[in-house]
Amino acid sequence: MDDGFYDNRHFSTRFASLFLSMEDLAVPMKIMERTKLFFKEVGNLSHFAGRFFKQALNPPFEFKELLRQCYQVGNRSLLLVMATGFIIGLVLTLQSRPTLIEFGAVSWMPNMVGISIVREIGPVITALICSGRIASGFGAELGSMRVTEQIDAMEVSGTNPFKYLVVTRIWAATLMLPLLVIFGDLVALYGSSLVENLKGDVSFRLYFNTVFDALSFGDLVPATIKSFFFGFVIGLTGCYKGYNSDKGTAGVGIAANSAVVMASLLLFVVDFIAVFVSDIFYEL
Amino acid sequence: MNPKQEHIVEKAKVDDNVVIKIEDLHVSFGDNHVLKGFNMALRKGENLVIMGKSGSGKSVLIKCMVGLLTPDRGCVEVLGKDISSLDQHALDELRSHIGFLFQGSALYDSMTVRENLEFPMRRHRNKFGKEKDTLPYVMEALENVGLAHTLDLMPAELSGGMKRRVALARAIILRPKLIMYDEPTSGLDPITAKEIIELMRNIQKKYGTSALIITHDVDCARVVSERMVLLVDGTNYAEGTYGELSASSDPMVNAFFKK
Repeated sequence: MDDGFYDNRHFSTRFASLFLSMEDLAVPMKIMERTKLFFKEVGNLSHFAGRFFKQALNPPFEFKELLRQCYQVGNRSLLLVMATGFIIGLVLTLQSRPTLIEFGAVSWMPNMVGISIVREIGPVITALICSGRIASGFGAELGSMRVTEQIDAMEVSGTNPFKYLVVTRIWAATLMLPLLVIFGDLVALYGSSLVENLKGDVSFRLYFNTVFDALSFGDLVPATIKSFFFGFVIGLTGCYKGYNSDKGTAGVGIAANSAVVMASLLLFVVDFIAVFVSDIFYEL
Repeated sequence: MNPKQEHIVEKAKVDDNVVIKIEDLHVSFGDNHVLKGFNMALRKGENLVIMGKSGSGKSVLIKCMVGLLTPDRGCVEVLGKDISSLDQHALDELRSHIGFLFQGSALYDSMTVRENLEFPMRRHRNKFGKEKDTLPYVMEALENVGLAHTLDLMPAELSGGMKRRVALARAIILRPKLIMYDEPTSGLDPITAKEIIELMRNIQKKYGTSALIITHDVDCARVVSERMVLLVDGTNYAEGTYGELSASSDPMVNAFFKK
């Protein structure tokens, strides 16, 4: 790194450099810069979320565009969610089966698979798959609209582009993800029941009856509520990255890529908070 | 402000027919000062060309005029209203009197040509009636640019020149009092560029609009301009008709017109 990097730094940095060499300072400076950038990004994202809530609740509402986005988000992710869910259910059962047989607990298979899929695996895997599909789609679409001045054209024509493009997309992701999670869970359970049916001679009816007996209200509600938050996070990050993209066509790729990375990371943070909060309720 | 710039501002102040008035406009992005005290006035029914090198701040200037960018300092008055003092609703209302042709056409990719043209009419349902009633307006705008047959096509199915013509039709759909063109001929072959220039002239004749054209295309400036302003180093360096400026002995002015 050239010496110019330190030119316009604070007095404290220059003072510290009297005692430490430039090489000694390079790493802490980099960490400080990254930390600053991280907090700046968090601030900007929070501001963007605040703008969403402000505009989402004020008329006029873009219902037609919201429906179109719900179709895009929901319908177009269906096949992907179905394939993933089916394979997850299948693999989870195949992998767990030998161990459960060893302990003579294979009859607990529907209970174990049902609870783990509904409470954790289903929502998280579906959200991660959708973050790849939806957040990157939003990032690329809005990014390319920004670069080709379509967002400016919308603004000049007297339409609020934030309300038309961003609010509708975030709502669509928030509303559609719980439906996709439920669908994914059902397909995963079907995959699991197929293995049990073929290998363990358990009928579909018996399998699903056991699963639904094992599941309680406390399993379904927190999982559904957190799916709404997952959808919100995916929509928010995708739109945030796309709407604020720059640097020409290269920026479109960067927006799509960073939207997926950010959404995936935030999903785990939200999941941790959701599990932590629901644990408090279980203990009550 | 130098005496020449003061003269422009003073002239604009006494002229009731002024559509756009810009005084001492400063815009910067970080340390990059793009506009450094720019002044100009556009009169009613006039075609004014602003010419400058690439990266001289022409697009920044035109975006300040429609409120897409906020200047650091200075006054931008469009159709008698100070842009900086308008709230969102008033700004949207003012924008309905302005047509804007973007450099890259900026057609909405996910919409058909018809939907692209109907989009600006969404906010003006009281003026145009329900959605099904907008078709005659859309057809008239498309006929003006000779593309009535493209009604149901997607922008991806159009050539560069056709996209620019559809964008022009979208710019005039609300019957604006003022049309702003950002590099209307850039990226087009000479024949298509000529067609666009001809359309711009026809539209101005038909609707009597004022036009502000940002370009670095000398041929375009020669044909459409009634008056020209040269933007150099963030200020209005020279002003006059095409004939006056092209005959100038100033080397900086002369550089624009050298073939």
